[in-house]
Amino acid sequence: MRLQLVTTHDPQPDYLDLPLLQPLADWTHSGLVEFPIGVHRHVVRFVESEHGLFALKELPGRLADREFALLRHLAEENLPVVEVLGVISERDSDLDDILITRHLEFSLPFRFLFTRSGISSLRESLVDSIAVLLAQLHLAGFFWGDCSLSNTLFRRDAGALAAWVVDTETGELHDQLTPGQRELDLDIAQMNIFGGLLDLEASGRLPPDIDPVEVVESLTRRYGQLWEELTAEQSVEVAQRHLIDARLARLNELGFDTAEVSITTGGSGPQIQFRPAVVEVGHHVRELERLTGLRMLENQARRMLNDIRSYGAWLAKRDGRDQPEAVVAYRWLNEIFEPAIETIPQELRDRRSPGELFHEILLHRDALQSKLQADVSVQAASADYALESLPSSKRERSLIEGD
Amino acid sequence: MATITLEKINKVYPNGFHAIHDLDLDIADTEFLVLVGPSGCGKSTALRMVAGLEEITNGEMRIGDRIVNEVEPKDRDIAMVFQNYALYPHMSVYDNIGFALKLAKTPKDETDRRIREAARILELDEQLDRKPAQLSGGQRQRVAMGRAIVRQPAAFLMDEPLSNLDAKLRVQMRAEIASLQRELGVTTVYVTHDQVEAMTMGDRVAVLKDGFLQQVDTPQNLYDRPQNVFVAAFIGSPSMNLFEGTLTLDSSGQGGSLTLGSQAISIPSEILAARPALAAYDGQPLIYGIRPEDMEDASLDSRPDDQCIHGEVSLVEALGAEILVHFGVDAVPVDSGDPDAVVELGDTAVVVGRFNPRSRIRLRDSAKVAVHAERLSFFDSSTRLAIWD
Repeated sequence: MRLQLVTTHDPQPDYLDLPLLQPLADWTHSGLVEFPIGVHRHVVRFVESEHGLFALKELPGRLADREFALLRHLAEENLPVVEVLGVISERDSDLDDILITRHLEFSLPFRFLFTRSGISSLRESLVDSIAVLLAQLHLAGFFWGDCSLSNTLFRRDAGALAAWVVDTETGELHDQLTPGQRELDLDIAQMNIFGGLLDLEASGRLPPDIDPVEVVESLTRRYGQLWEELTAEQSVEVAQRHLIDARLARLNELGFDTAEVSITTGGSGPQIQFRPAVVEVGHHVRELERLTGLRMLENQARRMLNDIRSYGAWLAKRDGRDQPEAVVAYRWLNEIFEPAIETIPQELRDRRSPGELFHEILLHRDALQSKLQADVSVQAASADYALESLPSSKRERSLIEGD
Repeated sequence: MATITLEKINKVYPNGFHAIHDLDLDIADTEFLVLVGPSGCGKSTALRMVAGLEEITNGEMRIGDRIVNEVEPKDRDIAMVFQNYALYPHMSVYDNIGFALKLAKTPKDETDRRIREAARILELDEQLDRKPAQLSGGQRQRVAMGRAIVRQPAAFLMDEPLSNLDAKLRVQMRAEIASLQRELGVTTVYVTHDQVEAMTMGDRVAVLKDGFLQQVDTPQNLYDRPQNVFVAAFIGSPSMNLFEGTLTLDSSGQGGSLTLGSQAISIPSEILAARPALAAYDGQPLIYGIRPEDMEDASLDSRPDDQCIHGEVSLVEALGAEILVHFGVDAVPVDSGDPDAVVELGDTAVVVGRFNPRSRIRLRDSAKVAVHAERLSFFDSSTRLAIWD
């Protein structure tokens, strides 16, 4: 038997304690957890240990090696994929290899989005999150080949959703995707998502107000709009160069940074041809990390940056002078963010990720202020949120069947 | 239904890599054409150009009478098969086959007709109301095939569709796809790296290497009359045994002999009469090949001694209906150019013979092996092209 493991900061379970010489489907190990995984071609099981929750997938060695390499590459490119930890091979002549990934904490399988109360509002951003994910992957030259609801995990992101790639068995990495490859990938995504929604409908769990045809048609629309904004060449008059700035600002607002632009001018004409050349998602994530060291999701980061700016304005008004941005961010971290999170009792912190907790605290504060018609501090809002709202939320660190 | 024509197709990537060189292929209506070759030969690139997933650098691609170089994939009326064969557990077989037509807004009665027709062809009529969990592995695969069938494309394109399946299911599905394609009569282009898959499925097989078409022909012709060293070695399992040797005609010019290292094989006059071009190679080095089944344990064969060779047996694989005997001879082996093949170059060549199971040859024996010289293949050692005439 051979274990090929990635060295990580976070500990992994001792795989040798697992019944590796048996087919994965036959395991009866005490650490096995039933987990909602949707439709998959291969056997997938989850093992819980003191170090967390791990997904094990049994598949032929060639595919396991390929997916291991692809997931590692995509992670190095900062794309949202599950963390791959290793491959177990040479188990027995009749047994396939096992690919190990770490379960994505605080992720919501798609079925929870349709079957659990209280999160119906998130469904609306499901399509957006998949469109953004596909655009990110396509910009990086990755043809997924099997985008589906089952192959995607979703995390709350400040009232919206962010999507993660779970399965890359059919993926291909290219220098650049052709329009035909992107179109086929989108076509496959449409068909798979449509099938996934019809399957939910057949199981009686699709809310009646959701029309699967409308959902997948909106995916094509949203992806098309996003791709156009990200890549289309734009022609502007020399005197209207501010339109380029406006386009870059729109890209930032969508969460993308433009690291490089291509500008060409005609020989004699007054036109400038402009096209974003190197675009990378995570504009607000990087900005927040630069200022505070916090690594959050895109919308969470955007929300926190807004809060930092508001806090800076409040400080400036109180002190009668502006503070440097870095100082404001440092003070916000120490005086606002950390106290707000520390106010949440430890036993409730597995209900939401820290970024989402803070977002919901801010929402709670807004509601309190509106109700009381008075300013409420973030820390006071946090205490009230921990008392009145959070206890009724379910733990989402690792949702398991029956939660 | 449609013909597919590739005319002087080239693919050059932005980094300068020339993946396909002047590819000419005429795929007939209803034909099952297999593209085969080792890794990096360009077979998937060629298929993707047909599908519209790769842009064509130059040349002309036609589906039917229409030039499709600039036509978007969805407008080419082709179906890429088996991109995803996951079945939905709560949906019936009927819905699993037909749900894509709902998205395409196909009228209900037409949808029903197509699903039932596909189910009939796939012998799933009795299973239409069942759920995937109630089906066998093979039936599930057929449901997935049904999804492609109901779309009624002009052509199916399949890129290694069986590569993710286990060996047993792969063999079963190989037969099912080939049989289904013949029943449907839909033009099909199928890519595989597995020459056995290619030979057993295709009406014709196109062999590619380094982006160049090596030969396109029926499976039997590829096997019997390979046009070059690469095809000779690539088609067939175990591979054709290839050697460098010198042909010497006798003084009458009627017969001759061929060197195999320090040994010689007599070449009967009938062979030289059938292939007059060999006369030009008198005294010259050339490459020649012997198929494993064109050798036999000499104790079970009546050929004269001058058509027998000797070698030490290094491996015996008893397969029941036959035995594969590996033995060494002091001849120069030939690199066929297959990047996936394992070739041990040196002064000793390992020869593989497919012998009658009654052979009593054992490991480390010094074996006497009869060669069916009339079945030898000859190739020019410079051009590596076959000498058949």
